[in-house]
Amino acid sequence: MPGQLKEVRNRIKSVQSTQQITKAMKMVSAAKLRKAQDAIIQMRPYAQKLQDMLSNIVSNSDGSVSMKLATERPVNKVLIILVTSDRGLCGGYNANLVKLARQVINEQYAEQNSKGNVEIWGIGKKGYEAMQRTGYKANDTFKDLFLQLSFENVQKASAAAMEAFSKGEFDVVELVYSQFKNAATQQFKTERFLPIPKVENKGAAVKTKSDFIFEPGKEELITELMPKILNTQLFKAVLDANASEHGARMTAMDKASDNANELLRSLRISYNRARQAAITTELTEIVSGAAALNG
Amino acid sequence: MNLEILTPLGKTYSGEVIGVQLPGIDGSFEVLDNHAPLVSALKAGQVKVLVEKNRNESYKIQGGFVEVLNNKVTVLVEGSEAV
Repeated sequence: MPGQLKEVRNRIKSVQSTQQITKAMKMVSAAKLRKAQDAIIQMRPYAQKLQDMLSNIVSNSDGSVSMKLATERPVNKVLIILVTSDRGLCGGYNANLVKLARQVINEQYAEQNSKGNVEIWGIGKKGYEAMQRTGYKANDTFKDLFLQLSFENVQKASAAAMEAFSKGEFDVVELVYSQFKNAATQQFKTERFLPIPKVENKGAAVKTKSDFIFEPGKEELITELMPKILNTQLFKAVLDANASEHGARMTAMDKASDNANELLRSLRISYNRARQAAITTELTEIVSGAAALNG
Repeated sequence: MNLEILTPLGKTYSGEVIGVQLPGIDGSFEVLDNHAPLVSALKAGQVKVLVEKNRNESYKIQGGFVEVLNNKVTVLVEGSEAV
């Protein structure tokens, strides 16, 4: 009996210390989530204004504007930028992203994949490793972006993607990441990065039909604007992914702490039961011993 | 007039100013009150903000854009820091 008691006690101790870790991780994630959300809010005005500027220029010019980064070509080579996290313990977050990436490859680019023309740029270690393990062509140049998350580093990645696209190394670039909704929900999505979807000249959207002076010219401005918009798009995706990761981890760790509580409760019950049983046996032994002496 | 300097990492300047000197892609220029509507590309360089008559602040910027409309100047750059 005492052996069993000790076993349960050890078990309780280990569950308790695990719970301490999950609780701490939840707290850390909550703090990091706040910071990640702040970063998203900080960049929003910039992104919004950039879009406004583009639609302003497009609506002030007549006809569609031709751009190098918007040329649609027959799709032979595909690049998929997969944004995942560097660390695990965040529920199904990474697994779902990897699943989505595979689904995109199998459904949209099966033909290109069979020829080995699908390449993956993993941002974040987990996705990169998962894709590489399963035999996809994975490139790790930008794997460690999250170690030092800055606009500059993200810019390098998007510049590299743009250059490869212009050179014809890829005909289409897709972005697979998780959009941040709130702490508990992430939306896993695919987004076309290149070629840029055509910017329509929507007459109705013209708010400020002022006579703008365009310096240098509209065409040049748009060619200057486009890379910046793409940089922002990727940066936004990475920030979203970062916030999603912390949100997912927070929820996962919250669940783990709850489960630990549940486990502790049932362990305590069996501990008390064993303890009482031990006491009862001891008492019976003493009483029957005394009875034997008196008898 | 009102000036805002926006970067992906947040606002670096926001407030009322007399004028602002910007490094345009075809040469430096200055925007004062009641400037005509303008959209211009900027190259990396220095932005000089004329806050008051005898007070100005300088910012080092990476390339970007400026929009001037109704006495509101919005500078969009990928990075900026006070000098």
